[in-house]
Amino acid sequence: MAEFIKVFFQAFPFLMSGLKFTMELAIISIIFGLGIGMLISTLRVYGGRISYTFSTAYVEIIRGTPLLVQLFIFYFSFPQIGIHLSPIVASIISFSLNSGAYQAEYIRGAIQSVEGGQMKAALSVGMTKWQSIRLVIMPQALRKVIPSWTNEFVYLVKYTSLAYLVGVPELTAQGEFVASRNFEFMNVFSGVAVVYLFVILAITWFFSSLEKKVKIPGV
Amino acid sequence: MMGFFLNSMEVILRGAGVTVKLTVASLLLGAIIAIFVALAQVYGKWWINLIATTYERILRSIPILIIMFMVFFGLPTFGIRFDPFLAAIISLGLRSSAYQSQIYRGALLAVSEGQIMAARSVGMTGIQTFLHISFPQAARFSVAPLTNEFTIVLKDTSIAYAIGVTELLREGTYIVSTTYDPLLIYSMCAAVYFIMTFGTNKFVSLLEKGFAIPGYEVRGVERG
Repeated sequence: MAEFIKVFFQAFPFLMSGLKFTMELAIISIIFGLGIGMLISTLRVYGGRISYTFSTAYVEIIRGTPLLVQLFIFYFSFPQIGIHLSPIVASIISFSLNSGAYQAEYIRGAIQSVEGGQMKAALSVGMTKWQSIRLVIMPQALRKVIPSWTNEFVYLVKYTSLAYLVGVPELTAQGEFVASRNFEFMNVFSGVAVVYLFVILAITWFFSSLEKKVKIPGV
Repeated sequence: MMGFFLNSMEVILRGAGVTVKLTVASLLLGAIIAIFVALAQVYGKWWINLIATTYERILRSIPILIIMFMVFFGLPTFGIRFDPFLAAIISLGLRSSAYQSQIYRGALLAVSEGQIMAARSVGMTGIQTFLHISFPQAARFSVAPLTNEFTIVLKDTSIAYAIGVTELLREGTYIVSTTYDPLLIYSMCAAVYFIMTFGTNKFVSLLEKGFAIPGYEVRGVERG
């Protein structure tokens, strides 16, 4: 245990510089993913036949293939068609597209759980379809989606570790860097695990208090 | 061109075989541990429950890549060595046990209290109640979330690439490094993964319909 604490404090500055990249990746991707998710879920629920087919295909393909393969396609395959992405940009694009598909599913579930009558009521007081979605349905759906959205954020923080495999110096990469110099693999990776654990506990706590704060009583 | 495609497909399918073995072995290992964790959480005393819950929370909060690194690079510190394939199964299995325990726990708790009381009042023992009342219903409740878990584990076997298991993605990478055609090869890998996950999902939902008890269907959106 004493050994672990010693190694952990030596590695701490490196891990913190890695954590900065991890959080950057996760926060940027979850926000882009939220945009994609809101768009795709709206298309799936309210869109016509063509937009329904495309958005459903997008969700199924992304959810049916591993994130690591998606990342490899953006980072290793795109140069072949003349698109060169830096490791961090390739990671953000693939994480955002991936998270967008999952968030679309959560938001779709939430949209469908908002009473159907509300849409009719909104239309009957003269709102356009777009206004009804934006002002009536979405505000409720987004509140309902917070618990699964928290889960999604936790998943994303964990999966940003894959960015290490294309060379982003995030938390896992920094752990690997430290461990390959001092050969304290168990202690360093346990330290990395502890950092992830704390971050995830903090996220869970933050969003469950947010959920209470934005709750509409009775809805 | 066609020859290249077929040769690559052969290598990729060989990798897919390893992927399937990894998936099945990890899920089974996960299931065995998960059953004990779930039973401990539902029926255990408070301190057994606490240990099981801590185990589950910790494994659910650590990235699978870190778990693999701890098992593959970390455990040799204590003289415990596994080859990459076994290390991947242990890591994926442990992580899956944490998720599967939540599936079984939820399924056991979904069986209504009244049925248990009714079973006990007609003279069934605790074990009989479990075997004849709780288990058959809980098993059905578990099918849909288990399909999700299967998909998660199948997709995450690709991360075993990082510790050197020659599964689908690594076989693909070998072809890329000799032929330099990453767009075609990685798309083929993606297609094979897609066929496996999508096919299984469709198959299981048919199976589920076959075994359904009318009025007891469950389907939820989970990350999978």
